[in-house]
Amino acid sequence: MRTAPAAIPAFDVARIRKDFPILGQQVHGKPLVYLDNAATAQKPKAVLDCIAKVYTEDYANVHRGVHALSQRATELFEGAREKVQRHLNARHSHEIVFTRGTTEAINLVAQSYGRPRFKAGDEILITAMEHHSNIVPWQMLCEQTGAVLKVVPIDRTGTLLLDQFEALLSNRTRLLAVAHMSNALGTINPVEKLIEQAHRHGVPVLVDGAQAVPHMAVDVQALNCDFYALSGHKLYGPAGIGILYGKEELLNKMPPYQGGGDMIRRVTFEKTEYNTLPYKFEAGTPSIVDAIALGAAIDYVNGIGIETIAGHEQRLLAYATEQALRIPGLELVGQAADKGAILSFTLHRIHPHDIGTILDHLGIAIRAGHHCAMPVMDFFGVPATARASFGLYNTFEEVDALIAGIHKVIEVFG
Amino acid sequence: MLDQIRDLYQEVVFDHNRNPRNFRVMEDANRTIEGFNPLCGDRITLYVKIDGDGVIRDLSFQGSGCAISTASASLMTEIVRGMHESQAHALFQTFHRIATGKDEAVNLEELGKLAVLAGVRAYPARVKCATLAWHSLEAALENKETTVTTE
Repeated sequence: MRTAPAAIPAFDVARIRKDFPILGQQVHGKPLVYLDNAATAQKPKAVLDCIAKVYTEDYANVHRGVHALSQRATELFEGAREKVQRHLNARHSHEIVFTRGTTEAINLVAQSYGRPRFKAGDEILITAMEHHSNIVPWQMLCEQTGAVLKVVPIDRTGTLLLDQFEALLSNRTRLLAVAHMSNALGTINPVEKLIEQAHRHGVPVLVDGAQAVPHMAVDVQALNCDFYALSGHKLYGPAGIGILYGKEELLNKMPPYQGGGDMIRRVTFEKTEYNTLPYKFEAGTPSIVDAIALGAAIDYVNGIGIETIAGHEQRLLAYATEQALRIPGLELVGQAADKGAILSFTLHRIHPHDIGTILDHLGIAIRAGHHCAMPVMDFFGVPATARASFGLYNTFEEVDALIAGIHKVIEVFG
Repeated sequence: MLDQIRDLYQEVVFDHNRNPRNFRVMEDANRTIEGFNPLCGDRITLYVKIDGDGVIRDLSFQGSGCAISTASASLMTEIVRGMHESQAHALFQTFHRIATGKDEAVNLEELGKLAVLAGVRAYPARVKCATLAWHSLEAALENKETTVTTE
């Protein structure tokens, strides 16, 4: 999916940083070095301006009014859906369902696709590197249906064990739910291959794309995934908006997830006729402006080019990895051959929380904790890791600041 | 350099983190409790020996956590030994008030040795690191049997 970094021309990161007003500030008297992009990304002015503009000029409820504002808001909202469709190369725009985020998208599939179908003894396959949001909805579904959760193991580098995956696929498997890219380790899974294998057993596949989408081009038709979930806020868009892509054929067979307005065609007290796709899954007034601003974020990313962004981030990751490995007592957690721009690490005898607090004092924002992936932490036998994660606006100087900061942490802790 | 950070990470804190006191399993404890901070995954097992009059005769701990939580647990085991449970409870109330910034007129003398951890009040995200051991002690004194969490 990604082009080799060497083939990508350098891009003007200084100019790009000017698009992100928040990055210009100082924290504890030091220039902010924001390296917590895997948790959430900062927003370019294009997104902030879009939010202000729509609320100032175009805002009304969608799909309801005959008045001018409502029509304008509806056009912008549906226009955003089409932007997402093109970005993911979905066949139809009605295969794009707006949700609150990846979590809600996965819960939607669990409850609407899984719950009516799965029975006791059926198996749901996930991997050992999933985020809690791709574990817990399936555990809840297992409790409701008697289905069983099976977990594909990983090795010490954080790479999925493909032979084990093959062995776990059986005629009891009803769904594979897998992260495209791990938030705790950075591992990029060979989802195309996994999907192909799963399909050979007649098993549909949900891909959790929350981490992958900001870092690589995603083509849901080429992947041939059945569901793809993502969050707007990691893609430089607003929080509170996300996407579930689903194949039309599957979405059509699924009952609504929530009941309410906008998801109906006709309601009487005897019977309700549900609306068509995608509205069947969008009960209630959606996060209208956030959806429109997600469209603006996609335009922004495509204005730079996702391959260009990927190349820049891969160079940052390679540089950061090389520097980090020279630090005595530093251990990288997650060293898969195919990896996104995430550097998860531990320091000998220094807890990640202490690393996080001291780096914060130097103006460097990283994540310290279990990254909502406690089973991953258990596997590596650590309570937590420190995680630096890169985005399109990060620089080599910021990597230098991180490395110098880690040295400072070691100095303070002596 | 990093002068402010020294408010949080005082030498005493480093000392207790490197060489935690009473860091052992207590076979004959009459109260044992698991403390857990789900935000960061820090875990502590606290062992308490309390006599019939409510005097804390001995306490020890095991577990893994950050420097603040380890030092806090270590300091607590030293400070609280020999106290009546009501005294320990009162001390925690004072510490909690100061650590959570609810006490504007901070009187660090009230805290005694515990004053080295008062710097945590400038770090809201780290207050729970400093209070995990104390929440565990409170639960042990109340003789709760389940795992106690900071949330």
